[in-house]
Amino acid sequence: MIAVEIAGIKMKTPVMTASGTFGSGPEYADFVDLNKIGAIVVKGTTLAPRDGNKGRRIAETPAGMLNCIGLENPGVDEFVGRILPGLARYDVPVIVNIAGFTVDEFGELAARLNVPGVAGLEVNVSCPNVKEGGIAWGVDCANVAAAVKAVRRNTKLPVITKLSPNVTDIVSVAKAAEDAGSDAVSLINTLVGMTIDIHRWRPELGNVTGGLSGPAVKPVALRMVWQVARAVKCPVIGMGGIMTAGDAVEFLLAGARAVAVGTANFVNPRASVEIAEGIKDYLVERGLRHVSEIVGKVNDNI
Amino acid sequence: MSKTVAQGIVIEHFSLAPMIKRLTLGAPAIARSARPGQFVHVRVGDSYHPLLRRPLSIAEVDREVGNITIIYRVVGQGTALLASLPPGEFVDCMGPLGNGFDMETERPLLVGGGMGLAPLLFLAKALCPKPATVLMGGRTKQELWWRNVFLGVCRSIHVTTDDGSLGRKGFTIDLLPELLENCEYDRIYACGPLRMMQGVAKLAKAQGIPCQISFEDHMACGVGACLSCTCAGTDGKRRKVCSDGPVFWAEEVLDLS
Repeated sequence: MIAVEIAGIKMKTPVMTASGTFGSGPEYADFVDLNKIGAIVVKGTTLAPRDGNKGRRIAETPAGMLNCIGLENPGVDEFVGRILPGLARYDVPVIVNIAGFTVDEFGELAARLNVPGVAGLEVNVSCPNVKEGGIAWGVDCANVAAAVKAVRRNTKLPVITKLSPNVTDIVSVAKAAEDAGSDAVSLINTLVGMTIDIHRWRPELGNVTGGLSGPAVKPVALRMVWQVARAVKCPVIGMGGIMTAGDAVEFLLAGARAVAVGTANFVNPRASVEIAEGIKDYLVERGLRHVSEIVGKVNDNI
Repeated sequence: MSKTVAQGIVIEHFSLAPMIKRLTLGAPAIARSARPGQFVHVRVGDSYHPLLRRPLSIAEVDREVGNITIIYRVVGQGTALLASLPPGEFVDCMGPLGNGFDMETERPLLVGGGMGLAPLLFLAKALCPKPATVLMGGRTKQELWWRNVFLGVCRSIHVTTDDGSLGRKGFTIDLLPELLENCEYDRIYACGPLRMMQGVAKLAKAQGIPCQISFEDHMACGVGACLSCTCAGTDGKRRKVCSDGPVFWAEEVLDLS
């Protein structure tokens, strides 16, 4: 009833975990059955190991949070050699979020991830917390297309492009990704924001600005998913502030074929599974047989 | 050792000092497996504001009754909401999280400053009947209500205050060398301000006494997933305060040269 296939990735539920909020999965295994999650999108992975940003990395905001982790990760070789084997005992698709700093790096990351156990790649052209790469890619259609093409050339795996909301026209970026060979798009990454400590007259975050996530961003995310889903043919994975099954249903109605849960994992480690169960209940209550029956069905001809 | 999400019921909740609260929760599953140095990750309300959980050290555990006790300072909106909960209310707790203190000691010395004394209280009780000595520091005697909390759970208490209003005038690390003169201790546990822990760890190293410290940091997930709270290890590898710590061997994360 809620099983879906996104760009060839078969998922038991349409609820994935968003990159950066769920580690590589086993971190949460004490609290939630990883086998019941649609797909796990692992933390952004780069070619070389990264220490991430200095100073304070999170700040709480009304109904949300800012983060500026700065893509701390052990590097792709460590991921493939040490972390990925530990995921083999779970029956859940593993999608690796990859962040390059040059076109060649995107291509190289894709090549090194042509290994058993990886179900797909999410091309991160939208990290707001690194000085080069990241968002610098995601705000420019030609750059996004170049990164996606480099990945496409080096992999047969499904390619998902994760889009930045920090742009004037997200639809044109989504189209550029699709035209460059992306099999799906996921959105939104975080919105750039900041907080200031009024006692010290300083930014709270070590990186000054950070990415805003949580329920506060949901209306913006939903609007962008709705816009993009009407404009592209490829599947859209919707995310941004989903806390409940009702939130997820909104994204599905807006045109997302799957959703991802991010910040909600911090509040409720079982969120990804409970939201999937809630979607099922929603369908049953309405006599619907499959989740696809509500995708894009918002009646917006008002 | 099992980690869980439990709805802890407020058993007791009262002020120990201005802005300091002592909260006892009925949470048998957490009480059963908690070890000194671990923490619980607490939701302070049901709404989206504030959104995130608060990591709070476990200060006492009653395994038989199934209670855990937290001693916390009211510092912001989240802890203010928590402070308003009366007995009978439920608190959503994830835990016990993190790694606790190593308990292989015969003659322990505990050094704490401020709210860093909370996990050391659990440690002192758990070490019984091994006699723990406690060295505690604060700015003034008003901050050292902790003394009463530790009475009866340790062999002796040494006190320093910045202004000399109670005990020795100065910092804990000013008094520490005297306590170490007789080489009486085989393990030092420190929790408090980073500078204090750094000073304690250096003195411990000079005496060849193994030293554990406990870090705190801003955390979102509490389980090693979000990387909000990582720090550099002295071996060049990264450590997660929430899941690799919060307790570390001093030389693992502090430059003691």
